[in-house]
Amino acid sequence: MATKPRTLFDKIWDSHLVEMQPDGTGLLYIDRHLVHEVTSPQAFEGLRVAHRKVHRPDATITVPDHNVPTSNRAGGIKDEESRIQVELLERNAKEFGLTYFGMDDIRQGIVHIIGPEQGLTQPGMTIVCGDSHTATHGAVGALAFGIGTSEVEHVLATQTLIQRRPKNMKVEVNGTLGLGVTPKDVILAIIGKIGIAGGTGHVIEYTGDVFRRMSMEGRMTVCNMSIEGGARAGLVAPDAITFDYLKGRPYAPKAGAWEQALAFWKTLPSDPGAHYDTTVSLDAATIVPLVTWGNKPEHVVPITGVIPNPDDEPDEERRNGMRRALDYMALKPGTKMTDIAVDHVFIGSCTNGRIEDFRAAAAVAKGRKVAPGVRAMAVPGSGLVKHQAEEEGLDKILLEAGFEWREPGCSMCLAMNDDKLKPGERCASTSNRNFEGRQGPGGRTHLVSPAMAVAAAIAGKLADVRQLG
Amino acid sequence: MDKFTTVTGVAAPLPTINVDTDMIIPARFLKTIQRKGLGKNLFDAQRYKPDGTENPDFVLNKPAYRKAQILVAGPNFGCGSSREHAPWALQDFGIRVVIAPSFADIFYGNSFKNGILLIALPQEICDQLMDDAKKGANARLTVDLETQTITRPDGSVVKFDIDPFRREALIDGIDEIGLTEQKRVEIGAFEDKARAAQPWLWVPAR
Repeated sequence: MATKPRTLFDKIWDSHLVEMQPDGTGLLYIDRHLVHEVTSPQAFEGLRVAHRKVHRPDATITVPDHNVPTSNRAGGIKDEESRIQVELLERNAKEFGLTYFGMDDIRQGIVHIIGPEQGLTQPGMTIVCGDSHTATHGAVGALAFGIGTSEVEHVLATQTLIQRRPKNMKVEVNGTLGLGVTPKDVILAIIGKIGIAGGTGHVIEYTGDVFRRMSMEGRMTVCNMSIEGGARAGLVAPDAITFDYLKGRPYAPKAGAWEQALAFWKTLPSDPGAHYDTTVSLDAATIVPLVTWGNKPEHVVPITGVIPNPDDEPDEERRNGMRRALDYMALKPGTKMTDIAVDHVFIGSCTNGRIEDFRAAAAVAKGRKVAPGVRAMAVPGSGLVKHQAEEEGLDKILLEAGFEWREPGCSMCLAMNDDKLKPGERCASTSNRNFEGRQGPGGRTHLVSPAMAVAAAIAGKLADVRQLG
Repeated sequence: MDKFTTVTGVAAPLPTINVDTDMIIPARFLKTIQRKGLGKNLFDAQRYKPDGTENPDFVLNKPAYRKAQILVAGPNFGCGSSREHAPWALQDFGIRVVIAPSFADIFYGNSFKNGILLIALPQEICDQLMDDAKKGANARLTVDLETQTITRPDGSVVKFDIDPFRREALIDGIDEIGLTEQKRVEIGAFEDKARAAQPWLWVPAR
């Protein structure tokens, strides 16, 4: 039967439709549900009230990450509300018969780090989590997207979601990346080009030789920030790099099943001639190390650049938005980015908290010292990332340089635990959002890659990692 | 969930683009295990000064808008996180309708599930409604979901489009999970097929 050429997204969507409803929405089957402590309490409570069970405990994994302390774990969680949320997740997991990676489990970590790490996320799957950075899992060629708590409850109860089919968007990056240009810079460049609402209503497929050559962890960094470009999901077609990454992971298919899964996964990449509603292209050679200056991830400039002038922006609302951001960030147009001093440096988060990120950080930090007065934190994304980094001696290099080496969690990405900026403090951060108050009320965030974060820590101000030699 | 028919009242003007979910409800208020009680922290960073007292310049602190049920905002309202605490905070404050040129995807779905009607209208119409909103207590809007209309203070009427499924859900207050549970047979049949085709996805978790 001749079929219309389909995209990777089309194939996953079509194969997970339980049925189309008369009103044009689809009932979509969900293969994997990842659950953390912040967006699930009300969902479990809803199940209890309605005497409902979890439809597929075997497809549901729970882990605390947002509230967990990243130091002195033995002392428990001091903040009462944080402790209640984490304890409640454990109780809910027990009551509903779900797998739980607790704080004392080496597999515990940020939900979007441990999914791929454990092989829980696989090509062709539908994956959801009550968290907008769920798009991370799209790196393995899965359709992964964030949902609200009502939808968390819906998936727990029925393993399905009522959804309207999103559109296809292709973001193509071809060519060769320059020295010092990382996956973080690639996704910041894409967001800078399409804007923070550019992907609204779309699923982004990242294509082109830059992504074909990119490591799995780099692809995760890129897919992770799809939501910062407005897209609920982003994905990369699975290939040999994907398969090598997944093979042997705890939840990956085992011998026998592996061959069967592999044969299926190889059918997933988009067909030649498949239709995309929107296509955006970037030339890899034009991407340089980037840094954000404002309070939206689209506020990017090259590290060699200056703070833009709102007067040059023709649109009034956007101009006002820029002025508001400059006011919040206490910055003036024309200031060189490399003249902006930082108080804090944060390396971690579901965007850049994987082993390759700490290798990149350690490579820059080796033999250097964090500038006086700068507090620099390295927070691994999971217990296993921490363990691996310590096996490789990366912790020692970072500690030697003056970084703190901490326990795994979301930490200063959103400041729900004790790791937060004080009002007015400025931070070079490898996380994903530079929103007002994101890293603590009044805190000021500049998004950068791990290598650039270390460069900033050493220079005491935003710095071009390429100048460090 | 409260059933939705019409809302009449002043509309609070919030002419800011890209109002993000961290702005609507900062992360430190996400530690609650309830849906209720977040209204007092809605727009916390704008609404209160660092010492905890009210910022009189913020729109929802002005006498005319303290009980506003309608918000008129800039494009891409609700961008950022998936936290349903954002619509919970709006709803707990008393906001039933947000009008803007566009909304972020996850926030859009979350709002309707909490009885909040989001109306996307072209920029120039939003500009007119923003002007109405700025007139304060003397200018009331009526939003009627049945007829899909907004009646402006001058009596002129603006039509709006809405997904029929979402419209029905707001008017009838339907239980989506209950509705899906009626598809038990279809879901079961899908699972049988999926299990045969991709048995590796059905290995019990440990």
